Amino acid sequence: MGLWQKIKPPFWDRQGDPGTQGLNYRRLWKSTFGAAVAVSVVPLLLMTAITFYQFEQQYRLQLGDIVGQVHRLISNTRLQLGFFLQERQAALSYIVLENSFDQLGDPANLGQIFFNLKKSFGGFIDIGLIDSQGVQRAYVGPYALEGHVYRNEDWYKEVALRGTYVSEVFLGHRQVPHFVIAVKHELPDGNFHVLRATINTARINDIVAAMNIQPSSDAFIVNQDGVLQTNSRSHGQVLEKVRLPLSPSYHQTDVVQIPGNDGQPLVVGFARVEGAPFVLSLVKRTDILLEKWSFLRLNVLFLALASVLAILVVSFKGTTSLVTRLYQADQKRVAVLHEIEYTSKLASIGRLAAGVAHEINNPIAIINEKAGLLKDIIASRPEDPQREKFLAVLASILASVKRVSAITHRLLGFARHLDVSYEIIQLDKLVREVLDFLGKEAEHRNIDITVRMDDNVPPIESDRGQLQQVFLNIINNSLAAVSDGGEVNIAVAPSGPDMVAVSISDNGVGIPSANVKRIFEPFFSTRGAKGTGLGLSITYGIVQKLGGQIEVESQEGEGTTFTVTLPIRRQG
Amino acid sequence: MRVLLVDDEEELVSTLSERLELRGVANDWATTGEQGLALLAQREYDWVVLDMKMPGLGGLGALKAMRERWPGLRIVVVTGHTSKEDYDAGLAAGADYYLLKPVDVDELLALMQAAGGKARP
Repeated sequence: MGLWQKIKPPFWDRQGDPGTQGLNYRRLWKSTFGAAVAVSVVPLLLMTAITFYQFEQQYRLQLGDIVGQVHRLISNTRLQLGFFLQERQAALSYIVLENSFDQLGDPANLGQIFFNLKKSFGGFIDIGLIDSQGVQRAYVGPYALEGHVYRNEDWYKEVALRGTYVSEVFLGHRQVPHFVIAVKHELPDGNFHVLRATINTARINDIVAAMNIQPSSDAFIVNQDGVLQTNSRSHGQVLEKVRLPLSPSYHQTDVVQIPGNDGQPLVVGFARVEGAPFVLSLVKRTDILLEKWSFLRLNVLFLALASVLAILVVSFKGTTSLVTRLYQADQKRVAVLHEIEYTSKLASIGRLAAGVAHEINNPIAIINEKAGLLKDIIASRPEDPQREKFLAVLASILASVKRVSAITHRLLGFARHLDVSYEIIQLDKLVREVLDFLGKEAEHRNIDITVRMDDNVPPIESDRGQLQQVFLNIINNSLAAVSDGGEVNIAVAPSGPDMVAVSISDNGVGIPSANVKRIFEPFFSTRGAKGTGLGLSITYGIVQKLGGQIEVESQEGEGTTFTVTLPIRRQG
Repeated sequence: MRVLLVDDEEELVSTLSERLELRGVANDWATTGEQGLALLAQREYDWVVLDMKMPGLGGLGALKAMRERWPGLRIVVVTGHTSKEDYDAGLAAGADYYLLKPVDVDELLALMQAAGGKARP
């Protein structure tokens, strides 16, 4: 919750403040923020969704293109391979048709034929003539295979049955991969012989390798058991089982999408080569191919998220700023209205007090004179037995007259000074005048009030009435804060060359630290229904108007000190 | 020394007069500014004690008239309360001293005796 405390708007917990006048700022904030976010984020998310959908469509199209590409490549290369094998088969068929058994059995002739084959087609390793008993009658090649018997071998049985044979790839004596093509020639008498040639896989490898135009491709040939007939880039070596989670169908051409061994998405195409035990395969990694699309999609997503975040932040700050200003303006307006009302009330009270004081003054003066006259008469009669008593009683009457007179003078003085009008003021005297107003309360509650003024405090140029208000309010607060028998200490001292500071300290209940910051805010009150919460706010305003400052320090349970700093000379 | 007391409150001014008599100060009293001016025209006075808040001519009006016609006259202005503006206006109109009500008769006498019988410069 720490972050929320930092960013929480100032009005969030202030519902019900007198200054809010019933307006629910929190609700206003929520609705404004919600509207701002909705208007911005909803279209953004909609656009993002549409863009994403379109990206997905494009992605699928691209994938479809890749599948089509694989299909075409597989189909074409399969035909190419088939043609390659057919070409060699046809060559051998022609040779066996054109040459009799005896001619083929002639080593020199066979050698010439072999030479011509190598020259014309390339890749032939050897050639041999096998009779109908399966015995190799003639052989041209690197091995000594004449007289070898193949009668019981599968390939021989197959070629004898079907007339033609293409073998799977195998390693020969020299550990070089090659395969065999064999053709049967039937004679009119029912006899037959077989011409068999061994061909290396170099040309087939070349044909297959031509499909590997991209680094993400891997083309190879497998047999129907999934054993590699050619090398592959990343799925195994020749004569190893292919490392793919797929058994290609031997009977059809197809392109499928499967996850690879590492989970990466693959497009795999495979096609059977006609007349051979070969299945041509092409594997393409779509994640590499479609990397750019994936990157774009991520970018769009990231941009959308960043935009949403930016919208939230800006909307939050903007809404908070707007509603806070509204709140503060409302507060200020209400505070000003209250201040006007307060000042107006004060003026009315002042006029009332002035009227009452004036009315009281003359009767008081009359009492004073009458009592004085009685005193004069009694004083001139030393023989009167009651003289002393009468004089004592009259002294008491005259003292009471003096008290009443002092009160009415103070009341009139206080009520008169409502506008700022400057005069030279001795601060300690002014403070004592204020204390005279409050003296009785302090006396009844045994509160000890001391006033101490430094010797070098000059008189200041300020407004008497306004300062009386300021100190009256602060000292009143101090008296409210202290318990009976407490203390209020007032000190007046210079504060720099141009200012004088008046500090009013009490040993009362103190102000909780959370409230100290708010003590000068309008409507802030710790007295519940008793206080309007305006006294210190107005005091603050008056001190500011007079060119001074007011500060407060407080320790809960120990006491509070208000310090009012005033300029010696009027400002402005 | 002869003193003229001018105050619209008869009870007050008559008692003050009696108290001054007891102290041997010759005096007369009036309850309006006009009466005061009339008495001044008939007799010579050293001091006038003048209330500022009176109906009719009023204290300030009477003060100005007195100062104009009797420049050497000593005038003590008495008032329930004064602001700086009233004080300045009074001095400008020619008052010599200001006293607040209720007046202490001995303080008044002390003021007059300290000033002596000297005519106003």
